[in-house]
Amino acid sequence: MTPSEISSETARLELDHVTVSYNGHPALDDVTFEVPHGAQVAVVGPNGAGKSTLFKALVGLLPLRRGSICIHGQPLGQHKDCVAYIPQREEVDWRFPVTVHDVVMMGRFGKVGWMSRPSAKDQAIVKRSLEQMSIEKLSSRPIGDLSGGQQQRVFLARALAQEPHILLMDEPFTAVDAGTQEATLHLLQDLKQLQVTVLVSTHDLPMASERFEKVILLNHRLVAYGTPAEVFSNLNISAAFGHQVLYLDGAIIVDECCAPDDETRRAQ
Amino acid sequence: MIDFLWLPFSYGFMQRGFAAAVIVGGLCALVGCYVVLRSMAFMGDAMAHAILPGIAIAYLLGGNLQVGALIAAIAVALGIGFFSQEGEIKEDTAIGILFSAALSLGVALISRIRTYAVDLSHILFGDVLGVSPANLILIGGLAAAVILTVIIFYRPFLVVTFDPVLAKTLRMPTGLLRNLMLVLLSVTIVISLQTVGIGLVAAMLVTPAAAAYMLTRRLPVMMTYSILFGVLSGIIGLYLSYYLNIASGASIVLVATLIFLAAYFLSPRGRTLRGRLVRSRQ
Repeated sequence: MTPSEISSETARLELDHVTVSYNGHPALDDVTFEVPHGAQVAVVGPNGAGKSTLFKALVGLLPLRRGSICIHGQPLGQHKDCVAYIPQREEVDWRFPVTVHDVVMMGRFGKVGWMSRPSAKDQAIVKRSLEQMSIEKLSSRPIGDLSGGQQQRVFLARALAQEPHILLMDEPFTAVDAGTQEATLHLLQDLKQLQVTVLVSTHDLPMASERFEKVILLNHRLVAYGTPAEVFSNLNISAAFGHQVLYLDGAIIVDECCAPDDETRRAQ
Repeated sequence: MIDFLWLPFSYGFMQRGFAAAVIVGGLCALVGCYVVLRSMAFMGDAMAHAILPGIAIAYLLGGNLQVGALIAAIAVALGIGFFSQEGEIKEDTAIGILFSAALSLGVALISRIRTYAVDLSHILFGDVLGVSPANLILIGGLAAAVILTVIIFYRPFLVVTFDPVLAKTLRMPTGLLRNLMLVLLSVTIVISLQTVGIGLVAAMLVTPAAAAYMLTRRLPVMMTYSILFGVLSGIIGLYLSYYLNIASGASIVLVATLIFLAAYFLSPRGRTLRGRLVRSRQ
């Protein structure tokens, strides 16, 4: 795979005073940031901080109440399918009667006409994407038969088949086996070479600080955005996580268990 | 034996009845795959009941009952889409409101008509032996249109059903596709009226597709099985109706239910279930 194949033009992503409501509550409030070409950004923040909302707004699933999102300097919706989104596992109906190959081929549907058959090129891209995620042997299996890690690889392969300029991954490191985590990180390295812009939401703060060049710390508002060293200051962490966070011998421990966002919401 | 099978065909109305049962059984089973996979069973049932006012108004105006039914079904389908799209009301709540409102309106209108009792029972439970040649042509034509649409839109329908988020990111017209599916569902329900009636059409949508779902995890195979089960239910049900002298719509649905039960207990999942029952008895 050459860089020119996956993206003739790398992606600049700009959010300008973006406000998005979800079920009547403002889930994102006045968020402004800019992601440069080919950057890899971790999106962190407490439960319910608006990480998924941010991704859904970026693919055009949720309407913006205020502000604007621009890709390549043009407003969202001008580009056909340069943004790929990997959903959280629980958002997928795993009992749906489709095979691994069917799902990955769906990544090509933006390029294949409705009536025409997938071309040899589409087939080749699907095959290559399956191989890249090491799931080519599972190609004809129903997705419901796979393990959690294999299921995630199917969706990573589909995102590759989409040949996106911007890739959004919602919690790819949560509840998967070590092998899949490693495969996901390898994929990030490959995408780096291809200059695909990547946004990854995660709960894993050490991973965010070690593996990503930039971090967005979100709690409805943009708390901090910059290099991991800049973002992970004690002050920023407390501002985002509130009572959820503990400092032990210089290590940061975030307590994810007890619906803390209700507390912070009441405090506001 | 041959006589046994051929005897019903000596009557013209039975020939037409069989043709209608086969077309409707197969068509409901095909569209039903989407109904089962998108969990729209409640929607299908609601739409079937919601066409009652359309039929009543067409009757009062002396118009074509099926055209009245079709207009009402499409209006209700789009109404449900409109109310639930904004996310203010959940879809099943929107369905519940429109479904009971339309049904009440239908009953209110019909209660004004004294001589309607016989026709009403035909609308509720079907009258497959009363299919006229003109009816049959209408049923066949509309069924062909629905099947053609499903073939043309196979791929967009697959994506919208399996992963609406991907459909949005691929910039597919998801709202339009969703409404198109609802229109196909409306047409299917309307042409099923004469065969199984308002009360039982939901069963023909859901039961064969659910049986097929038990046996496979590939959509094209599921559709093939489902159509096969739907057509078989139509034929066997009509034979039973002829020889046992029972209402045709009910016997078709009962055959479909038996096929579902067989599929359920013969499927891999059903087998483990049965094994558990046997073990718990020991």
